[in-house]
Amino acid sequence: MPAETTFILNHDTISTTESPGTLVLDYLRRKQKLVGTKEGCKEGDCGACVVLVGELTGASVSYKPVTSCLMPLGELHGKHLVTIEALRLDQLTPVQQAIVDEGGSQCGFCTPGIVMSLTGYLLQPAGGLDDAGIKYALGGNLCRCTGYGSLKRAGGQILQEVDAGSAGSGQDRVSNLIAQQVVPDYFSQIPARLRSIPPIQRGNGAAQSAYIIAGGTDLYVQRGGEIPYTEVEILNRRQELRGISVEGEHVRVGALTTFEEFAQNTDIQKIIPRIGEYMMRNASWQIRNRATLGGNIVNASPIGDMTALLLALDTTLTLEDGLKKRNVALRSFFKGYKQLDKTPAEVLTEIMFSVPDSGTRVHFEKVSKRKTLDIASVNSAIRIKTASGKIVRADLSFGGVAPIPLFMQNTCDFLAGKQIEMKTVLAAIDVAHSESAPISDIRGSADYKRLLVRQLLIAHFTTLFPDQLTVKDFYETH
Amino acid sequence: MKHIDAAGHTRGESQYVDDMPQPVGMLHAAVFTSPVAHGRIISLNLEEAVRCDGVITVLSAKDIPGENQIGALIPDELLLAEHEVHFVGEPVALVLAKSYEQAHRAVAKIQVEIDELPVVTDPRQAFESGAIIGPARTFALGDVDTAWQECAVVVDGQCEIGGQEHLYLETQRCRAIPLEDGVLRLYSSTQSPYAVQKAAARVLGVAHHKIEVDVKRLGGGFGGKEDQATAWSCLTALAAHCTGKAVELVLPRHQDMICTGKRHPYSADFRIGLNQAGKILAYDVKHYQNAGAAADLSPAVLERTLFHSTNAYFIPNVRIFGASCRTNLPPNTAFRGFGGPQGMFVIESAIAKAAEKMNKPREQIQRLNLLRDGDTFPYGQHLDDVRAERTWDEAAQSFDLNKIKQATKTYNDDHFESKKGYAVMPICFGISFTATFLNQAGALVHVYTDGSVSVSTGGIEMGQGLVTNIARIAARAFGISEKRIKVESTNTTRVANMSPSAASATTDLNGHATILAAGQITDRLKSFAANELGLTDKSRLTIVHEKLLDGNRETGWDWQKLVQTAYLNRIDLSAHGFYATPGVWFDKQKEKGNPFAYHVYGAAVFEVTLDCLRGTYEIDSAKIVHDLGRPINKLVDIGQVEGGLAQGLGWMTLEELSFDEQGRFLSNSLASYKVPDAYFMPDDLQVKFLQNVDNPAGPYGAKAVGEPPLMYGIGVFFAIRAAMRAFRPDSDLTFDAPMTPERVLLGLHEQEREVLVTKI
Repeated sequence: MPAETTFILNHDTISTTESPGTLVLDYLRRKQKLVGTKEGCKEGDCGACVVLVGELTGASVSYKPVTSCLMPLGELHGKHLVTIEALRLDQLTPVQQAIVDEGGSQCGFCTPGIVMSLTGYLLQPAGGLDDAGIKYALGGNLCRCTGYGSLKRAGGQILQEVDAGSAGSGQDRVSNLIAQQVVPDYFSQIPARLRSIPPIQRGNGAAQSAYIIAGGTDLYVQRGGEIPYTEVEILNRRQELRGISVEGEHVRVGALTTFEEFAQNTDIQKIIPRIGEYMMRNASWQIRNRATLGGNIVNASPIGDMTALLLALDTTLTLEDGLKKRNVALRSFFKGYKQLDKTPAEVLTEIMFSVPDSGTRVHFEKVSKRKTLDIASVNSAIRIKTASGKIVRADLSFGGVAPIPLFMQNTCDFLAGKQIEMKTVLAAIDVAHSESAPISDIRGSADYKRLLVRQLLIAHFTTLFPDQLTVKDFYETH
Repeated sequence: MKHIDAAGHTRGESQYVDDMPQPVGMLHAAVFTSPVAHGRIISLNLEEAVRCDGVITVLSAKDIPGENQIGALIPDELLLAEHEVHFVGEPVALVLAKSYEQAHRAVAKIQVEIDELPVVTDPRQAFESGAIIGPARTFALGDVDTAWQECAVVVDGQCEIGGQEHLYLETQRCRAIPLEDGVLRLYSSTQSPYAVQKAAARVLGVAHHKIEVDVKRLGGGFGGKEDQATAWSCLTALAAHCTGKAVELVLPRHQDMICTGKRHPYSADFRIGLNQAGKILAYDVKHYQNAGAAADLSPAVLERTLFHSTNAYFIPNVRIFGASCRTNLPPNTAFRGFGGPQGMFVIESAIAKAAEKMNKPREQIQRLNLLRDGDTFPYGQHLDDVRAERTWDEAAQSFDLNKIKQATKTYNDDHFESKKGYAVMPICFGISFTATFLNQAGALVHVYTDGSVSVSTGGIEMGQGLVTNIARIAARAFGISEKRIKVESTNTTRVANMSPSAASATTDLNGHATILAAGQITDRLKSFAANELGLTDKSRLTIVHEKLLDGNRETGWDWQKLVQTAYLNRIDLSAHGFYATPGVWFDKQKEKGNPFAYHVYGAAVFEVTLDCLRGTYEIDSAKIVHDLGRPINKLVDIGQVEGGLAQGLGWMTLEELSFDEQGRFLSNSLASYKVPDAYFMPDDLQVKFLQNVDNPAGPYGAKAVGEPPLMYGIGVFFAIRAAMRAFRPDSDLTFDAPMTPERVLLGLHEQEREVLVTKI
């Protein structure tokens, strides 16, 4: 008998013994008969199933929009799950009214998810609201009817009608949004009600589980049909695996830290100034709220975006199996396609890399069919330390050019000690080609990926050293 | 007027097929489909699936009581495969179980042994082997063969045009409920209830009236549920018939993408000839349509390709050839534009190639050859009230095309690895079903004694705003408030023999039928009121803002009183209206006629910025002048223009169907098939409607709006191409769509790529 999962569903406290691996979307539609939440793709790409998940942080509850089609029910313990049914107030909420007024709904199938995403944006724990934020919030919602024009205009109306920014943060902000009828009155009692739910006992442990679920954003896409019928280890019940700390030279990142938490962290933003921009390409907000750094690594996709970045940062992983703990370099973690230096009982718990010094620059490149929320054709990251025009050390990774996320050791060795000049880059391209072997697949032909290796190497150097190298240089010599 | 259903949509209250409360004991269906694209079925083993938990039964072709046939135009498509399979995803068996999960788990246990046969995915290869569906067609005007001699410039070329997945957010689905006396009610997500009714009756071997089809709304259709909804509805009907239980079938996204047909890929050859000034004198084009494994609607789609092969241009000597080629892909089908976009893409490519050869701006040739009053289409229809030049000129002026041109040049002079490009895209799209008999519609209107009104039509609400438009039209026809109008679900027992909701004509046809039905009722009401009020001339009576007026004079009667009094005096407050578009005809022997009630015109201007190092691009702006006639509802219409544009842009750029040589669809999920998102679409998106224009053929002067805006999207291909040519003026770029970042990068860096290849 699985342990009971207890959570608040809209207004009601629910205790259920449903399999913890059950998808929240299936639970809502099939068990609770709450059919306002729609199934569009069941792989986190369309956003028709977006719900809000509220979690106690201190005295208040912070809400995030997530795709319910990739979230295990068991993870809801002690949380507040908000569906479109919660937003059936006496009148339309300002979000709903704006969509109606601007014609932002045509067939209506994507609309509940869009209402939830925009409501989630207003509920952000702090900060003001703007047009860019509206787009950020809509990033994970596909609408096949409107072309988004009317939705962006609806966003404009919301910005005019709703005052969230000046209301401070945390529960004050929620109270303010209750007053403006963005969310129902009972949201004010949710923090106290959540505190009264006792914590759940830990699961069986990784060794006894068929699946170990972190964010689930890829695992459920691959195995969504099986997971609900198996024993699962839901890592997100282990809060200690989340968070970022900088201790002297070292950055320690809990393996369950989400993409969004990583990108929003001020320490990380100092170390990787363009992290926000990189992250926009990797996943939508709704997915970034779920996808974890550890999951990205263990999933071992050859085009894992964060994995490529972490490879260049010379990351060390900590693995634990409940008895012992060991460290392994990320660069030696991948043994073959989806083959890891990890036993079934081991769980990746921590990711550690060094703070780059002042002479070191970090950059990430990615090319995909669609610029935002798409899987890379090829991605690449570089960390490069220079002194007086010379490369002291380079760390270069490429995704999409080998069966594993590839650390390009030979190219790094070649670059060390070289001048930053075109000759160096052109020769490095040859080395990089010699240690990669892209194949033709749905992300692009082998020719294309080989060309991208060249282009992205040029992009790294011309982006990081614009005074020494320009793109034009590489074309005039041909 | 706002979309009638919008409030319900935003509250998650609007119901789709599987949102309705489930009948007790309802079964769930899951489909087993062919894993190979062509082969003979040696054996089908259902035993293990039957033994699975919760499974009630597994059906195959032998369980079909009627005819195993669902082909609408041509009877060449089985509901369930019998001896052969012809595409990956062809339905073979149907599992019925107590739950959705059980049904799908059992499907995985079905085993089929297939002796594989050669697979054809290329339409030219199919054509060469004589595998065509229906006759090849040729439209001609003037004398192409002699016209080449007069041309100063003649260019040839080839286009490879990709298809497009509909990606309606709601996948295919149906729920069947057995009623008494052998009647089945089908809640189907279909654009064509009568097609479902006919096909289900055929499969079950029962009369049409034993099948009732009811449709409240679709979560998107775009043509993908015009013919392609039929199979899934028939399977559900078969299951309900065989078990006597309510049954629901909902396709998972992945399966929907694999099994259903899409916009047709085309391969085309063109030759175009112009005089020195840039006037097009001759155009010869051959279209090889990739129809897939069954006819579906392909011959009709091909026909519209022929109709729109000269887009908005007048060309005196034309020969347009087309053939629907049978391949081993899923049967390709209707998709917004219905073959028109492919025809237009080829002529735009021909003009681009000619412009490059003549070293003239592409838009100069386009503008010079636009249609004018008095011109004739290759299919014989004479033109009047042409708005091609007017929409072009208004776009050029209000969006300042000259400034865009200049700014593009300046930018490109100042930048090396980043280039801008612009393009203008005119459109001309004919409105009517090209199969003349389909241009008919019925509406059933009831007025209740409290003055409220119920309207049923044969049209389907799929987000395009039909229900909102019908409500507005009905309110206007009666002279009463829109609040009094309720538009009912579409149901074959209320309106019979309806045409599909397609061809952009749904509001036109059903709106007219509604006007005619309302007219009968108001006519009776006026006769009655004139008599009661002692007036001799009932034609002086009007209903304005719910008041009955005699000329300008108030009669003291309002709508409510009129209706109540009429009822007590036994006046019929219900009517059925029927509309048949006048004046449309087409002679397929001569390939001439007057197939369209009217045409829709417009012009769009696009600007893009290209990252030449990475091969990626941004659409900076899309600006449109569109001819709507007198709009029925601007809010709905703008949504149609912007939404159609988005699909057109996606088709030309990101949306790439990828099949392997074995006919397996590789881009079969949203992770690998990308459609426009909020970031992809330009923030600078402007839509202007032609002002002070009428359209006597449309309801209250409106023009259809559903499909035409999609074809604006073609312009972005040429804008990107222009930017590529700014980086590599000497490169020989192909006319292959979509223009994915891969095509862009490989096109820009042919030389670098060759260097890399030779080094391997």
